[in-house]
Amino acid sequence: MNEISVVAVLNDPVRRRLYDYIASQPHGVSRSEAAAAAGIQRTLAAFHLDRLAEAGLVDVTFRRPAGQAGPGAGRPAKLYRRAATEHQVSVPPRDYRAAAELLAEVVDITGAEPELQRSARSRGAAAGRAARWEAPAQPPDDLVAGALTAQGYQPYRDGADIRLRNCPFHVLASRYPPLICGMNLALLEGLLEGAAVTALEATLDPRPGDCCVVVRAADSVSKTN
Amino acid sequence: MTGYHLAQLNVGLVRAPTDSPELADFMAGIDPVNAIADAEPGFVWRLQDGDGPGATALRPRGPDLMINMSVWESLEALRDFVYRNGPHLDFMRRRRDWFHRMAEEYLVLWWVPMGHLPDVDEGLSRLDLLRSNGPSPLAFTFRDPYAAPTPAPGRPQQRLLQHR
Repeated sequence: MNEISVVAVLNDPVRRRLYDYIASQPHGVSRSEAAAAAGIQRTLAAFHLDRLAEAGLVDVTFRRPAGQAGPGAGRPAKLYRRAATEHQVSVPPRDYRAAAELLAEVVDITGAEPELQRSARSRGAAAGRAARWEAPAQPPDDLVAGALTAQGYQPYRDGADIRLRNCPFHVLASRYPPLICGMNLALLEGLLEGAAVTALEATLDPRPGDCCVVVRAADSVSKTN
Repeated sequence: MTGYHLAQLNVGLVRAPTDSPELADFMAGIDPVNAIADAEPGFVWRLQDGDGPGATALRPRGPDLMINMSVWESLEALRDFVYRNGPHLDFMRRRRDWFHRMAEEYLVLWWVPMGHLPDVDEGLSRLDLLRSNGPSPLAFTFRDPYAAPTPAPGRPQQRLLQHR
């Protein structure tokens, strides 16, 4: 399937709701759970989930119902997870990632990381100010969650922390981790500053699968020095 | 089990003496970060010189070049510590505060037989090899890794797929 066909599979509101729900969950999602989240019947969900799986947008695994095993134990449940493969469509064709790789390599070699972090903090602050200007009375947590969602981080609550399920720079970050994670941290520090959110701080605390940055209460962040 | 462990050496050119205010945060952070490394799954051994924290007193190539070297059970174990451990990643993020930029390769990885602990000369010769030949099965990087040698003699070492 070419990239446009894959992405086009999402061009159905119900299917999109199913996909968005599955993508936001850390666990494999069953048909029943997905159907309930999308507000549709299980059989309709099954149809759409099969289309998503065929397109490679979700991965399928199987799990035995708890406490059962062996012949006659019942069919294993199908579980759906967001697939890791990236899909890019750009019309006309654009390749910003190739440029990003080159730029990252040069920043790495020339040691311009402090400048990168300064620029990133500045850019993040502009985004934070814009978010605050648009919603001056919004509580900080909501404002931050909204800005993070808009930028593709897929924030979720983990106790008192805000964790990020998606790294918008994933492949680049895996090739230049300190550079890109440092840039990312600066972007988010700037976002919080620009939005005038003093009760929260961004810090590096990677967890498998998540973005390396966590947003948590300012007084709970201990510096590594 | 491949019978091999992964060795790592990296070097850095310090911007100021280790007892300077500029390097204070770095020097203060070495022991805590090393303690984390020691407790990480897959950690086997790291070089220590007995004089300063870690191996910071060793200067095999001039007064400003600091080195560190360690051995791990696998590439993934080392990678998880270097890039996916919060405190260590934070350390790496700040490296420009303490170290000059280097145009040459400053980190080299290579496979050693299990139980073998490399010495500084071995590590530096692998770094030289990487710098002169580029990544190869004998000296490589996270970005261009090679799998551990296979038991069958004569089979060329497979290049690992790029890490996602």
